[in-house]
Amino acid sequence: MYEKDGEKYFVVDGHVHFWNASPENRNKYGEGFINCFYDYHKNLSPEEWVWPKEKYDKYSEEDMMHDLFETGYVDVAIFQPTYLTEFFPHGFNTTEQNAVLKEKYPDKFILNGSFDPREGVQGLEQFEELVDKYDLKGVKLYTAEWKGDSKGWKLTDPSATKYLEKCVELGVKNIHVHKGPTIWPLNRDAFDVADVDEAASEFPDLNFIVEHVGLPRLDDFCWIGTQEPNVYGGLAVAMPFIHTRRHYFATIIGELLYWLGEDRLLFSSDYAIWSPKWLVEEFVDLQMPESAEFEDFSELTPEIKRKILGLNAAKLYDIEVPEELQVEHAGTGPAVTEKPAADLAT
Amino acid sequence: MTVDEARVLGALSHVRDPELDEPITELGFVSDLEIEREAVNIRLRLPTYFCAPNFAYLMVADAREAILSVPGVRWANVILDDHYASDEINGGVNGRQGFDGAFPGEAEGPDLEELRSIFQRKSFVSRQEKLCRALLANGRTPAELLRMRVGDLPPTDEAETYLKRRAELGGDVSPGAPLIVDPDGRRVPEEAIVQHLRFAKTVRVSIEGNAGLCRGLLDVRYGGTRGAGQKEEEATL
Repeated sequence: MYEKDGEKYFVVDGHVHFWNASPENRNKYGEGFINCFYDYHKNLSPEEWVWPKEKYDKYSEEDMMHDLFETGYVDVAIFQPTYLTEFFPHGFNTTEQNAVLKEKYPDKFILNGSFDPREGVQGLEQFEELVDKYDLKGVKLYTAEWKGDSKGWKLTDPSATKYLEKCVELGVKNIHVHKGPTIWPLNRDAFDVADVDEAASEFPDLNFIVEHVGLPRLDDFCWIGTQEPNVYGGLAVAMPFIHTRRHYFATIIGELLYWLGEDRLLFSSDYAIWSPKWLVEEFVDLQMPESAEFEDFSELTPEIKRKILGLNAAKLYDIEVPEELQVEHAGTGPAVTEKPAADLAT
Repeated sequence: MTVDEARVLGALSHVRDPELDEPITELGFVSDLEIEREAVNIRLRLPTYFCAPNFAYLMVADAREAILSVPGVRWANVILDDHYASDEINGGVNGRQGFDGAFPGEAEGPDLEELRSIFQRKSFVSRQEKLCRALLANGRTPAELLRMRVGDLPPTDEAETYLKRRAELGGDVSPGAPLIVDPDGRRVPEEAIVQHLRFAKTVRVSIEGNAGLCRGLLDVRYGGTRGAGQKEEEATL
């Protein structure tokens, strides 16, 4: 919980990791991957928050508990696993790894699982076991995951449809989708979110949370967000712009509020890429700049911030929120708009 | 005759990152340029090890084409460094195998032209919005913009870039053509103009934001060293 100027905010960190990228657990691709993460960390963190590389490779349970819950104002954090076993032989950040902390601190964490549709029928059975074992309510999918000769997949692949049907059956209702730089076929735009659009239409009972609000395809994401009421935006990677590129961050939030509304955006730090403390503090302080560029954006009220920082995620995951931290009335967001003439689909 | 470095850099300044809609020289992606009589060797670098391989391939291939278009150049060698698929891309471009040949079994359909076209359309929409924003700030109304023709445009950088992007899509850029059209060259109806420009703004915000992030990542990755043909102010944007 964070409190400032008489306003209280319940904080759900929608995207955290407990990863192991130490030299013993990575090949050259793993090394490239964690170096790339580290550059994101260095580029967008306030100077005093930049970690030494050794700590970044593998941090401790104490670091994580301290940064999220002791100083970071987080009430509940959601583990989003990323397996990447082609890069990290024992996995980068698996459900099983995260489960160790979930079991130790059951009220602090929500544990999400994952599936890979390329594992076929056998994988489907294993997925069901995973869901049963940990009572999962959500999954995190990384469509750019490498597997053998394959460099990725799409939510519209027939094999993926079978897994989404299984999610409906098992009550795994929150589907977090993270796009990456590769996919099959490799000559298409891997970051395209059109497959999320189709899947969201086909599975109206599932919630699709597009991580990183579709970045680098914010425009495509905003467009599908206006079409599909069950599409949400996870703010991981967008949040840290608030420090070094505040004007740009305000523009992104303005766009998202314009197209999706205040009820479908979820705060996330993407810990340990960034830490929640400074993100929460700066977000609560944020006001829309007064310039022509911002004139079609609504004011950022404490109520909107409360929803984004925690109440929207609490609703998706049935997290109990203390009475005094609730918002009195829930907004509905803008109505679905007519299709813009600048339709980019070819 | 030795090839002129300024002309090579000039040719490279027409090669854009398709996603970021900016020249690879201004972005600092050209890390090294070496001329040996009629042979030109350049090295390219990107913001991350995992930048999308299809866009990386396009930039390497386009850079090679651009260099070969300079008078006097007989050989061009373009090397992409520090990328997970450097070997495949460098081999594919310099051996002229095409993207399919560089990544056998991993591509499907018409090479990379469809991908390029999607981003040319985004770039067109974004540049149109930037131009219209400037015109609106000077007191024009959206309805007036719809009545304007290409020939009515004041000669500004925004106008020039917009018309270049429009020509790339095969659009009509003659003075009598309507100023505002969609990426397929169709006129925008009056009742749709506000929404048309509103969505175009989101496209521009997305592209500009990505360019900002990529500049920051390149800067961190290479310790702020300037690229060939990159001006100081471009390196610190």
